[in-house]
Amino acid sequence: MLTDLLGFPPQVLFGQLLLGLINGAFYAVLSLGLAVIFGLLNIVNFAHGALYMLGAFAALAAAKWLGISYWGALIIAPIVVGAFGIVIERLLLRRLAGVDHLYGLLLTFGLALVIEGTFVKLFGSSGMPYSTPASLQGGVNLGFMFLPWYRGWVVVASLAVCLATWLLFERTKIGAYLRAGTENPKLLQAFGVNVPLLTTLAYGYGVALAAFAGVLAAPITQVNPLMGSNLIIVVFAVVVIGGMGSIVGAVVTGLAMGVIEGLTKVFWPEASATVIFVVMAIVLVLRPAGLFGKAS
Amino acid sequence: MNILKTLSASASALAMLASAAAAEISDGVVKIGVLTDMSGTYSDLAGEGAAVAAQMAIEEFGGTVAGAPIEIVTADHQNKADIAANKAREWGDTQGVDAFAELVTTSVALGVFEVAKQQNKIALVSGAASSPLTNDACIPTGLHWTYNTRALAVGTGSAVVKEGGDTWYFLTADYAFGEALQGDVAKVVEAEGGQVLGAAKHPFPASDFSSFILQAQASGAKIIGLANAGADTINAIKAANEFGVIASGQKIAGLLVFLTDVHALGLETAQGLQMTVSFYWDLNDETRAWSQKYFEKTGKMPTGVQAGTYSSVLHYLKAIEATGTDDTDTVLAKMREMPVEDMFANGGVLRTDGRMVHDMYLAEVKAPSESSGPWDYLKIVRTIPGEEAFGPLSESTCPTK
Repeated sequence: MLTDLLGFPPQVLFGQLLLGLINGAFYAVLSLGLAVIFGLLNIVNFAHGALYMLGAFAALAAAKWLGISYWGALIIAPIVVGAFGIVIERLLLRRLAGVDHLYGLLLTFGLALVIEGTFVKLFGSSGMPYSTPASLQGGVNLGFMFLPWYRGWVVVASLAVCLATWLLFERTKIGAYLRAGTENPKLLQAFGVNVPLLTTLAYGYGVALAAFAGVLAAPITQVNPLMGSNLIIVVFAVVVIGGMGSIVGAVVTGLAMGVIEGLTKVFWPEASATVIFVVMAIVLVLRPAGLFGKAS
Repeated sequence: MNILKTLSASASALAMLASAAAAEISDGVVKIGVLTDMSGTYSDLAGEGAAVAAQMAIEEFGGTVAGAPIEIVTADHQNKADIAANKAREWGDTQGVDAFAELVTTSVALGVFEVAKQQNKIALVSGAASSPLTNDACIPTGLHWTYNTRALAVGTGSAVVKEGGDTWYFLTADYAFGEALQGDVAKVVEAEGGQVLGAAKHPFPASDFSSFILQAQASGAKIIGLANAGADTINAIKAANEFGVIASGQKIAGLLVFLTDVHALGLETAQGLQMTVSFYWDLNDETRAWSQKYFEKTGKMPTGVQAGTYSSVLHYLKAIEATGTDDTDTVLAKMREMPVEDMFANGGVLRTDGRMVHDMYLAEVKAPSESSGPWDYLKIVRTIPGEEAFGPLSESTCPTK
C-alpha cells in the first residue's frame, strides 16, 4: 500500500483529503471572485481579503442588532458588502481604468489596510464568536473521521455558487456580454452595450462572492478583522496558478490547492504555508499564463 | 574646632554636589520605548493596552522622576524581529530612549536583546514568553517580567498530568516561542510520568486548524496540548470543539491562554479550560482597583502582559527615583536590590539572570452559570509559589547570571 509506505494509516489520509476539499471550496469561491474582477476590470483586487472579512462582520452585525439568522445573513451580507464594492468601484477604481495594473493593486492594497486597521481598532484582534446554525450543529462519524455537518454544508454551498457563476457566464446573455467585455470592451460598447455598468456589476458580484465566503467562514473561525489578510495571499497564488481571469481555472485550482495543502499538513506541516507558492513558481515556469489561462 | 567643622561640612557638601553631577538624568528626560504588536494577532493581549498600562505607571509618578520628566514613545513591531530591532536601534541611537518595554513575541524580544546589549539599555520583557530569554539567550540588561514557558508548564502541564492526562500530542506554533513552550511542557509531562506521543508544527499565524486537530485525534493521545497563543489558540479550540474532540474523550490543554482569548471565545466554548496566569483582575482589592482604572481607559480588563508592563515600568521608575540617575548599571543594581511591590507582584525578586520571580496562578474558566457578566471569567484554583513556577537560579543556564 502506498499509504503504508508513506507511514500514515489510510484513514488519516482520507480525512486530510476531505478537509483539503473543504478548504479548497473556500479558495474556489474567493479566487472565483478575484478571477471575475480581474477578467473585467483588469484589476488585481487586493482588498478581497478585507471584503471577505466584511462579509463575516456583516453576518455578525445582522445577528446582533437585527436578529437576522445565519440563513438570512447568507443572502443579505453579500448584497450589502457587494453594494459597498459598487461604491468603491464607482468612486475609486473607475478612475484607474486604462492605467497600469500596479495602480489598481496599490489602491486596493491600501484600501485593505485601511479597512482592516479600522476594524482592529474598533473590535480588537481576537475577534468575536459567531455560532453555527442550530440545524448544522454536530456531525457524522464517517469511520475515518468525524465530519461536522457544517463543513459538509460549506462544500455544498461553495460548489453550488461556483456552478451558478459558471452557468451565468457561459449560458446566459449577460454572461456573453461579460465575456465579450473581457475580450474587447471597445467593440462591445460600439454595439450599444453599457460596458461601464457591466464593469460595475462585475466588481459588485466579485465582492459579493468574497462576502459570501466570509459568511460561510464566520462559524468556523473567529470573526476577526485579520481573517482575510492571512488568506488573501494564498488565494492570489491560486488565481495565478489557475490563470488570471479564468473562471474554471479558479474553481478547479482552488479545490486542487486545498487538497495539496491538506496533504502537506500531514507529511510536512511546517511547509504547509509555502507549498502553494512552490506550485505557483513551478506552474509559472512551465506555463506562464497559468494552467487554464490563454497565452496572450 | 569650628574651622574643622566648617571644612568637613563643605567637604561633604562638595561630595554631594559631585555625586549629584554624576547621578543625573541623561538628556534631562527619562524616555521609555514601548515596542509592541499594535495591529496583529497579539494586539489584544499586549498592544495599545500595554502602552496604556505603561502610561499608568508614569502617571503614578506624576509624570516626573528624580526631577526629570518621563516620556513614552510607542511603535508597532508587527511581530517582526527585524522591524523591532531597527526601531529599538533608532530609538536608542537618535531619540535618547532609556529602556525598551513590553516586547511581545519571542523573536522580537531576542532581536531587541541584541540591540539592548550593544547599547547597554534595559529591556523590560513582558509579552514574550520563552524561557530561553533568561537562560541561553539572556543578556545582562534583559529583564523578563510577567511569566515564562517554564512557569506555564509547571502550572497547566503538571495539573493536567495529575488529573490523569498522561499522554500528550502537541499543536505547536512554528517559531521560537512554540518550540520553547512545547519543550518546557514535555519536560514536566515526562517528569510526572507522562508520555509525549507526537507533535505537529503549524504555521504562525494559521487560520485553519482542522487538519492539525485530525492528526491529534489520530494520535490517540488523551491530551492535545496547544503550544501557541492568541488567535491561533482560539481557532484551535474552536476546531477541536467542531470536530468532536471533547465528545470523543480527548481533552484540550491551552498552555498559554489569555483573558482576552476567553473573552473572544465566550464561556460556552471556553468553560472548564485550565490556564496558568500571572495576573487576574479579580485577585484582590488592589488588582480590582487598578484594573477598574485600566478598564475606564480601554473598555477591557487587562491581561497579565499588560499588568506586567505596568509593573516593570513602575519598578524601573522607582529605581531611578531612588538612585537619582538613569544610568543603566546603577538602576539595574537598584532594581535587583528592591523587592517588586505593586498590585502585580507581592515581594517579587529580580534575579541576576534577568528573571523576575513572583507567584503565578492556576485558574479555571468558569461555566456561564458561574459568571456574573463580561470579564468575570476565571476562578483561581491554586497559587503557584514563584520558586516553584520559575525554578531556582541554579537551574538557569544564563552565562552571565
